[in-house]
Amino acid sequence: MDLSRFSRLSDTAWQLEPRGDMRVPAIIYGTAELISQMDDKVAEQATNVATLPGIVQASYAMPDAHWGYGFPIGGVAAFDPDEGGVISAGGVGFDVSCGVRTLHTGLARQDIEAVKRELADALFATVPAGVGSTGRIHLQDQQMTEMLDGGAAWAVSQGYGENTDLDRTEERGRMAGADPHAVSELARKRQRKEMGTLGSGNHYLEVQHVTEIYDEETARTFGLEGGAVVVSIHCGSRGLGHQIGTEFLREMALAAEEHGIHLPDRELACAPIRSEVGQRYLGAMRSAINCALANRQIITHLTRQVFADVLPAAQLGLLYDVSHNTCKTERHVIDGRERELYVHRKGATRAFGPGHPQLPAALRDAGQPVLIGGSMGTASYILAGTRQAEDLSFSSACHGAGRAMSRHQATRQWRGRALVDELAARGIVIRSPSLRGVAEEAPGAYKDVAEVVQATHEAGLARLVARVEPLVCIKG
Amino acid sequence: MSATPPRPVPAERWEHFPHVADMGVRGFGSTLDEAFAAAAHAMTAVITDPDAVRPEIRVEIHAQAADPEILLYDFLNGLVYEMAVNGLLFSRFRVRSEGDRLLAEAWGEKTDVARHQPCVEVKGATFTQLDVRREDDGRWLAQCVLDI
Repeated sequence: MDLSRFSRLSDTAWQLEPRGDMRVPAIIYGTAELISQMDDKVAEQATNVATLPGIVQASYAMPDAHWGYGFPIGGVAAFDPDEGGVISAGGVGFDVSCGVRTLHTGLARQDIEAVKRELADALFATVPAGVGSTGRIHLQDQQMTEMLDGGAAWAVSQGYGENTDLDRTEERGRMAGADPHAVSELARKRQRKEMGTLGSGNHYLEVQHVTEIYDEETARTFGLEGGAVVVSIHCGSRGLGHQIGTEFLREMALAAEEHGIHLPDRELACAPIRSEVGQRYLGAMRSAINCALANRQIITHLTRQVFADVLPAAQLGLLYDVSHNTCKTERHVIDGRERELYVHRKGATRAFGPGHPQLPAALRDAGQPVLIGGSMGTASYILAGTRQAEDLSFSSACHGAGRAMSRHQATRQWRGRALVDELAARGIVIRSPSLRGVAEEAPGAYKDVAEVVQATHEAGLARLVARVEPLVCIKG
Repeated sequence: MSATPPRPVPAERWEHFPHVADMGVRGFGSTLDEAFAAAAHAMTAVITDPDAVRPEIRVEIHAQAADPEILLYDFLNGLVYEMAVNGLLFSRFRVRSEGDRLLAEAWGEKTDVARHQPCVEVKGATFTQLDVRREDDGRWLAQCVLDI
């Protein structure tokens, strides 16, 4: 993007002044270099979001922003129902509550080197991954309703994990305000066999080790030290979330005019928060958040079973679980007045700073863990929320590397087998049902996640705590 | 509707176009129905090689929308649903639309991971670059970006 169009607020914050139908400015975070590499569509989409009714303060894009659907991926926007604010199915996306959780293992790298391949095979055999894979838990209608209402808390009540896991999950593992009856029969049917599955695309389960600590004190609070082995799980609400996105995107796009909303792009499909469809979507979307939380909780349980077999000394406690594609009701202070806002984060991570009342006591002084997944075979990062992010971005930070290259280009440039061998030579064991899928997710097809987290740190959206690198990657 | 599968969509009638995070599918045809069938073929090609998918099982997709672009959205998402719920892949398509209604048949088989090596799951057809139109040369085009 051409930087001359922006007002420079700081080295890492760039503003597009309101013009035309924009109600608020658009602010993009990132270094001059990252922003100049971004697609023009990011500015166009952030600008379009700024035109939506009831938007508060600014339409934001995070340092990993890229061209998305209506909203940029990496977009954050908050709406006030008292000002005619909207809820947008496009602003949440298809993979509702896609997110990352990271587990401690209590092990060090040397403890697992000898059994790495065995561990990879056992994880690949136990955690269903890839297209068409089905879980072992098939939910009937009543159980489905309980799951959609109860989230990870439901999963724990069914024996998948421990109560202490819930302290380390956003919303304590259960998104309030879900309305399972707002979830269509088709969406339920699509989920029936998909509980406890990773999915495909950029979803993965990785065994990682800590290779650098940037902030000793926070790392200690997070239970991280150099060489420690952790497990990260990246997946979402599976078919149920995809179907809810598909249905409400259509319904909201067609109903926008009835609600007097002019959509510059149909993909911005939205409805007033205080409308029948808006409320129904909120109930369905919150149910999908619960589905994603339950899904990651079940995969956690499966992962623990594998470690219990292969490495019985391991103790898999949850560090934290974050969600990326959500709309959440939160209280934020705007011009000295606390207001209840509907904060959309599309490919962005909530990042509450130190002292936030919703953080568990053990993490409250340090701030929320912000888990940033890298691309397959590259580093991932653990950051912590800051106080200033409250003013900068409604306490939001980046979510990952973001693609630099299309899947199409990636398959022309790389072959899956060669990538698997190359990563193996670097000590990284990949297991995937699809070699073409591996090629499409080639590390080189993504932006350098290190630049993204550095810019996030410099912008004050979150602060760097530790870097982790993969040892085993199960790719869906 | 017939008891035999239609012929495969010729290679020159479909293509992929890049979207940075995902993949776009585009079909062409001498009629809107043909362009829709070709777009569906392009969608299968995002997942696997359509030539490797045997046309053994037939399913019907019904859709209704006044806007032909929404009709394409519904048709492709109908196929996504069938693939997800019944573990199917499709390689042959026959589309009949009339006014705001569409009735299509898709022929395919159960996914065989070893043989098909499916590389991604399509989460849904989106409104991004959703376009159905008759081009200057009289040929129909049907396209959209898939979320994968």
